[in-house]
Amino acid sequence: MTAPARTTVAAPTRRSPTISSSRKAMNNVMLGLCVAATALTLAVLAWIFGYVLIQGARHVNLAFFTNLPAPVGEPDGGFLNALVGTAIMVGVASAIAIPIGVFAGIYLAEFGVGWLAWTVRFVNDTLNATPSIVAGLFAYTLIVLETHRFSAFAGSVALAVLMIPTITRTTEEMIRLVPRALREGALALGVPEWGMTLQIVLPAAASGVVTGIMLAVARVSGETAALLFTAFNNRFLSASLNEPMSSVPVQVYTYAIAPYEDWHHQAWAGALVLVTLVACFSAAVRLATRNRHQSLT
Amino acid sequence: MKMRASHLTVRYGAKVAIKDVSIDIHANQVLALIGPSGCGKSTFLRSLNRMNDTVPGVSVTGQVQLDGEPIYGPEVDAVLVRRRVGMVFQKSNPFPKSIFENVAYGLRVGGLRERGAVADRVEQALRHAALWDEVKDRLHESGLGLSGGQQQRLCIARALAVEPEVLLMDEPASALDPIATAKVEELVSDLRDQLTIVIVTHNMQQAARVSQRTGFFYMGKLVEVGETTQIFTRPKERETEDYITGRFG
Ligand SMILES: Nc1ncnc2c1ncn2[C@@H]1O[C@H](COP(=O)(O)OP(=O)(O)O)[C@@H](O)[C@H]1O
Ligand SMILES: [Mg+2]
Repeated sequence: MTAPARTTVAAPTRRSPTISSSRKAMNNVMLGLCVAATALTLAVLAWIFGYVLIQGARHVNLAFFTNLPAPVGEPDGGFLNALVGTAIMVGVASAIAIPIGVFAGIYLAEFGVGWLAWTVRFVNDTLNATPSIVAGLFAYTLIVLETHRFSAFAGSVALAVLMIPTITRTTEEMIRLVPRALREGALALGVPEWGMTLQIVLPAAASGVVTGIMLAVARVSGETAALLFTAFNNRFLSASLNEPMSSVPVQVYTYAIAPYEDWHHQAWAGALVLVTLVACFSAAVRLATRNRHQSLT
Repeated sequence: MKMRASHLTVRYGAKVAIKDVSIDIHANQVLALIGPSGCGKSTFLRSLNRMNDTVPGVSVTGQVQLDGEPIYGPEVDAVLVRRRVGMVFQKSNPFPKSIFENVAYGLRVGGLRERGAVADRVEQALRHAALWDEVKDRLHESGLGLSGGQQQRLCIARALAVEPEVLLMDEPASALDPIATAKVEELVSDLRDQLTIVIVTHNMQQAARVSQRTGFFYMGKLVEVGETTQIFTRPKERETEDYITGRFG
């Protein structure tokens, strides 16, 4: 009785070194691939940023921030109009997209069954995969053609259309992560469901929702195609939503394809400033909205 | 008589969780509910404040009365029922807010706005829950930074702050160490003067220590309910006796 039992025990032990060594080898291969992929991603990122830094840093100066564009050949031209334009349009787009996206996300997470929710999700996913130029075309048809002028408002609407799907999706997912126990804790106090959602669930999901918003803001801050034929461009400083408005990416684009050396320099400077500003803004918002009670996400 | 359940049956979809349960809950007493796990204790408890309404697919038949008024019915607002019948859960679930805000939140929802009054009630509730001395110097730190036992007492304070008439406790000490458990038990005994308590426990010594009446659930049915001393010394039903003498469960 003992002898056969021993062999059945011994068989796997004899084989297991090979199993475990081949498994180890597989582990190492997979780990190596992951490390390589990460390194490649970081290298590309470092390369892009390094290149922009090298090309742009020399041409970033105070005038770049405080002056309007100068005619070709004149020194000390700046991007003031474009910086202000980007701030305004991204701001207006956020004011439109954040409430819509957050509430749509809440709707999907809390009441997300049935044909209406299915439709909202489908439209949202489609919108998410839509090229930005289509968002521009949408705002162009809806606003520019109707009002017969390029305008900052049309540009903002195009950007908002691009922001909404990202915000909706992240909000939905973050809200779904909030544990049922937390919801029941609120309901048991005699809190109505809407109060529970807005006062307990949404704050608990806040840092994730903010991350989604930041992703959307970062994405549209560099958006060019959607603005080309909506906000167009403006050589002058303008704060009117009814006028064409400049933006950093469009100005970079305009300068980059122009045949002038000093405009090329300014385009690089613009690219560098845009990347840096977006990074700083994201970091600042993350820091400011960090939830010190966060237990999830 | 504070509450009365009559012929209460609760189903999850087609599955019957509790069947034809009738029980009287006396004012200013602690009623303990015991029974093996899965026998429907939580389901019954959660039907006393209409917490089950929030679970999809639930159906409730029969009636529960609070001070003689039915709590099920188209004209009854479940939110108002839950303000009068509070609940503490098995696993502590403080909100991701400060200790102070955890307790103050329900008060504000209930309409109390004046800052001094809110602060007074928060202190009072924390004292009631025997937590005040441990947290009075860090009221504005996160409730999630507390130990497990403190978190559970915070949840009790949160429930007490809104001054419910009945407090439902679903195995409130099952995740706590013996010292924290003793504190919660002491609390339950002290609170009886002010409100009516229904406590679910799988710990029979605990039921014997804190309750005046005990109900024994088995397979979705209320087998027996009576004075705690009677249930533990002279149970009428065979199943009760088997359970309390440890022959099953
Ligand atoms: N949300 C639910 N959906 C479906 N079945 C459930 C749900 N909650 C509990 N049940 C079932 O109802 C029965 C009673 O559960 P419960 O009231 O939690 O028992 P206890 O608290 O005594 O352990 C169990 O068989 C359980 O599987
Ligand atoms: Mg239970």
